[in-house]
Amino acid sequence: MTVGVGGRHLRARRPPAGAYLVAALTVAFFVLPLIGLAWRAPWSQLWGDLTTRSTTDALRLSVECSLAATVLSVVFGVPLAWVLARAEFPGRRLIRALVLLPMILPPVVGGVALFLAFGPRGLLGPVLESWFGIQLPFTTLGVVIAETFVAMPFLVITVEAALRNLDGRHEDAAITLGANRWTVFRRVTVPLIMPSLVAGAALSWARALGEFGATITFAGNLEGKTQTMPLAIFLAFESNPETAIALSLVLVVISVVVLVGLRDHWLAA
Amino acid sequence: MRSRLPFRLAAAGVAAISVAAFGGSVAASPARSPQASKPTGSITVFAASSLTGSFTQLGVGFQKKYPGTTVTFNFAGSGTLATQIEQGAPADVFAAADMTAMGQVSAAHDIAGRPISFAHNLLEIAVAKGNPKKIKTLADTVKSGVQLELCAPSEPCGMYALQAYQKAHVTVPTVPTGQDAKAVLASVSLGQADASIVYQTDVQAAMGQVSGVVIPTAQNVVAAYPLAVVKSTHNAGTANAFVRYVASPAGQATLAKFGFLKP
Repeated sequence: MTVGVGGRHLRARRPPAGAYLVAALTVAFFVLPLIGLAWRAPWSQLWGDLTTRSTTDALRLSVECSLAATVLSVVFGVPLAWVLARAEFPGRRLIRALVLLPMILPPVVGGVALFLAFGPRGLLGPVLESWFGIQLPFTTLGVVIAETFVAMPFLVITVEAALRNLDGRHEDAAITLGANRWTVFRRVTVPLIMPSLVAGAALSWARALGEFGATITFAGNLEGKTQTMPLAIFLAFESNPETAIALSLVLVVISVVVLVGLRDHWLAA
Repeated sequence: MRSRLPFRLAAAGVAAISVAAFGGSVAASPARSPQASKPTGSITVFAASSLTGSFTQLGVGFQKKYPGTTVTFNFAGSGTLATQIEQGAPADVFAAADMTAMGQVSAAHDIAGRPISFAHNLLEIAVAKGNPKKIKTLADTVKSGVQLELCAPSEPCGMYALQAYQKAHVTVPTVPTGQDAKAVLASVSLGQADASIVYQTDVQAAMGQVSGVVIPTAQNVVAAYPLAVVKSTHNAGTANAFVRYVASPAGQATLAKFGFLKP
């Protein structure tokens, strides 16, 4: 951003009072539910609730699976975004719509769909099992798959938009200088879209961390194996709402710490 | 309510588990099969999420009674569990909150024998703490000035509630509906609704946040909870033993602590 163009320009860019008012109301809209959680949280028993075996297991599973889902989303999502943004082929719009489907699909439906594809009686499940000995439903790997399914579209959509808006001149220059296309992508394109890539990965990670519906449907709710934090919270609400609130707070704190940290490091405005 | 009640085996010597304790509703072959070998190894029990508290304790009790066994639970909505079992999920035992879900699995020939009914639940009127609107009957819940909220008619508790109103000859006006018993109960405890119809076990679990008004037997509807061994079980011996344990006096005592009635 160009700074120091002159006071008048900076003032002109500043939002008017009305926007501040709406922004303040919006912030309140997001913050009030959090205050509600903090208000009802059982502070005195918080530590006890958080150090039980089932909670630490759920926390560990949540962190591991959401990170794995983020890595998978980047590894498979970036090439897909690259193709969608730059290649011309028939049916591209249809494929883009299909890829983004998990964003609008109710997650539980997504879970059922995964089951019908990769379950023991599904389309591909028996093949995976007999050829590779891989079982996805009701395994930790299944959690990662379910989370990747719902989270990857966020990365694809963000990276694709960045690639489309990218000024191609740097890449053209690199090609002219004799670099091959992979090298250009790695050394020129990716660094240019890095902020979007990180933002997309952060969105995917956040979506994976909070994922509930697809996970419980596809991977089940097995303590220590597939019971992530959102599933533990759902169950705690059935038997012990106060614990559920304590667990929710932990999830909130983790998300805020990571997202604020990323923002400061990568997306500093 | 925090469920910190210590688990106690109701009867010390529950050696001979009598199916007779179960009354006439026991029709299951698994419960009657001769106790072959000692239960061992692990089983996975798919149970409706409203059974979370009670079944977790039943699992602890079972493992204490049969050292060397491990019971893992998969808690979710009955419909979700039924779909998972139909799709070949690794379940050994299925405990549903209503007959519909069990019927779905049973119709697909995925369970062994016939399901038993292991617990009953009755409906109760949940009202704001202290009953400020002085609600005493089902008819009181539809009076003007009383905000009623019911479970969605597609949910067992919504379906049962409508049956209860029918029995009481009370016409139900169009009222807001919640997703499940826990949701409408939350509305009452938060003051969004003055009354709702939920299960006795829900009112008991939320004691301190809501009050309960008993519905007379003649108008009440009995909700039955079915339990069955899944056909594709890899550990039939232990799965059957778990079903027998739930039906045993010790199992029934645990369920009673959570407000469930004997079947």
